[in-house]
Amino acid sequence: MNAASSIAKREVVGFLRQRSRVMASVLTPLLFWVFLGLGIGRSFQSSGGDGSSYSSYFFPGVVILALVFAGIFQTITTIQDRENGFLQAVLVAPIPRWAIVLGKMQGATILALIQGVLILPLGFLSGIDFTVLSFVESVLVLTVVAFMMTGLGFLFAWRLESIQGFHAVMNLVLMPMWAMSGAFFPASGAPKTFGWIMLANPLTYGLAALRRVLHPGKVFTDIPGLWLSLAVCMGFGILMLMLSSQAIKKRRG
Amino acid sequence: MNDSIPALEIQDLVKLYGERRALDGVSFSVETGKIFALLGPNGGGKSTLFRVLSTLTHPDGGRASVLGHDVVKEPGAVRARIGVVFQNPSLDKKLRVRENLQYQGTLYGLAGQELEQRIDELLERFHLVDRSGDLVEVLSGGLARRVEIAKGLLHKPRLLLLDEPSTGLDPGARRELWNQLSAVREEDGTSIILTTHILDEAEGCDRIVLLDRGRVVAEGEPAALKKEVSPSMISIRCARPEMLLEELREKRGLEGRVVHDTVRIPTDQGPEFVAELAEELGDRVRSIAIGQATLEDVFLARTGVDFGDRDQQEAEAEASRSKKKGNR
Repeated sequence: MNAASSIAKREVVGFLRQRSRVMASVLTPLLFWVFLGLGIGRSFQSSGGDGSSYSSYFFPGVVILALVFAGIFQTITTIQDRENGFLQAVLVAPIPRWAIVLGKMQGATILALIQGVLILPLGFLSGIDFTVLSFVESVLVLTVVAFMMTGLGFLFAWRLESIQGFHAVMNLVLMPMWAMSGAFFPASGAPKTFGWIMLANPLTYGLAALRRVLHPGKVFTDIPGLWLSLAVCMGFGILMLMLSSQAIKKRRG
Repeated sequence: MNDSIPALEIQDLVKLYGERRALDGVSFSVETGKIFALLGPNGGGKSTLFRVLSTLTHPDGGRASVLGHDVVKEPGAVRARIGVVFQNPSLDKKLRVRENLQYQGTLYGLAGQELEQRIDELLERFHLVDRSGDLVEVLSGGLARRVEIAKGLLHKPRLLLLDEPSTGLDPGARRELWNQLSAVREEDGTSIILTTHILDEAEGCDRIVLLDRGRVVAEGEPAALKKEVSPSMISIRCARPEMLLEELREKRGLEGRVVHDTVRIPTDQGPEFVAELAEELGDRVRSIAIGQATLEDVFLARTGVDFGDRDQQEAEAEASRSKKKGNR
C-alpha cells in the first residue's frame, strides 16, 4: 500500500472507530429524508416555468452542501494531528509532500462520498428520476467536487493554528461559496455582480455538473456545460493540491 | 560503502526566530557509529538543531548535512536514512501498537511480509510482543516511548535522532533506554545522536557538543573535557562561600568559583590535600569532598555561568516571550 493510500486509510479507520461519527453520518441523511419529505413536498411546487418544481432545483445544492461540509470538516484531522504530535512523524518520512496532501484529500473524499451517496437517492422525493447511469455519473461528479473541496479544506487546515479558527474561517468561506453557486438561485435572475462572482466560484461548476447528470435530457442555458464544469473542478482540485504541497514545504507542521 | 562520510557535518548554522538567534553560527562534525549528545540548558539551541537535522525546518544560514546529504537540498535522501524519536508523543493513540508500526512502515516504503517480519523483530526486541494489540492510549509513558523507538528503527536507519529521550521516564526506564540505545549502536552499527539537558546522561556518551545560547561552547569526549577543566575538583559546602573563597585565595593562592552554597576548586592534588583543608577550616564548613570535574564545571568554565542558573534564566525568558505573544 503506498503512502497516500495509507494516509487515506487511517482517516477512514479513525472515522469508523468513532461510533458517534458513524451514527451521525447515517442519521443525517435520514433527517434530510424526513424534513425534505415532509417539508418540501407541498411547499416548493411549481415555480420553474418549464414545469419543474423548486424542490428539484434545490436538491442538488442540498447534496453538495452535505458532501462538502463532510469533506472539509474531515480535513480538521490535519490540525489535530499537529496538536497531538502525530504529524511530525509524517513530515520526517521520505514521502513527497504532495502524497501527504493527496492522502488526506482521498480520505476526506471517501468520507464525504458516504454522506453524498446516502443523500443522493432522496432526489426522488424532489421529482428526480434516476437511472443507473445517471446515479453512477452523479457519484462521479460528487467525487470530483469532494476532491476539489477537500483540497481547499486542507489548505486552510494547514495554515490555521486551531480547530476553532478553522471552524470560523470555513463557515465564512463555505456558506457564501455555497450560496453563490446556483444552489439557491440561478445566475440568470441575479444582479450582474452576483453573476460574475458565481462564474468565478468553482463550486458553481460542481453544481452545474451535478445538475446536468441528474437531468440528462434537459437543456440548460444558464449554467456551464458538463465538460467545462468537470475540467474546472479537477483543475481547482489540482491547484489546491499543488498549493497545499507548497505550503507544507514552506512551513513546518 | 564509504565509512568516512561523517554522520553529521554542520557549518556556521544559523536559525532565527524573529530577532532571536536560536542557532548562532554552529559548526561541528560527528563520526558514524558513535553515541553523540547535543547537550545544553533550555534555549541553548539543541532542540532547534534537532529540528533542522530532522528536516522539520530550514536553517536561515550555513549548512548541515546528514550522512553526506544536505538537509535543505536533499531532504528526501536525509529522511530515508534517519530514524527520528521526538520528545513529545508522535503515535496515534487511537490505533493499536502494531497498527502504528504498520502505518509507519508504509511511510517508509515497507510492505507485506517484509514489514510484518520487521515489526515482529522489533516487538520482540523491545519486549512489546504481548502489548502489540493494545491501543497506544492505554500504555504507560515508558512503554509508549519504547514503541516510539521501535517506530524510529523500523526502516533500519543508519542514524537515529532522539530529542530528549529521557523526558518523563523514571530512573529504571531511563537505564533501560540507555541499554537499548547501546545495543542498537553495537548490534546494528547505527549512529545515535540525542539532545539532552541532563548532564549525567551526556557523561555516558562517546562525544558531546555543549550548546549555550545558540553557540558551541565545548566539544569532545566527556572525560577529556572534564580533565581539561581540572584533574580533580574540590567541593566545599559552607555558610559563606564567597568569604571562604576570598580567604583561600589570599592565604593559599587557590582559585575557584562559587556555585550557590559551594566553593568549587580545581586541583591536581589528592585526598591528602582535602584532609589538610578540612583540618584547617574545621567547623566552618559543612562538607568537603574531592571528585572528578563534572560537565557542569565544564559549562561554568566555558561560559562563566552555572548550568542550572542558565536553565532557569532561559526558562524565564521563554515564559516572558510567550506572555508577550499572547495567544500562540
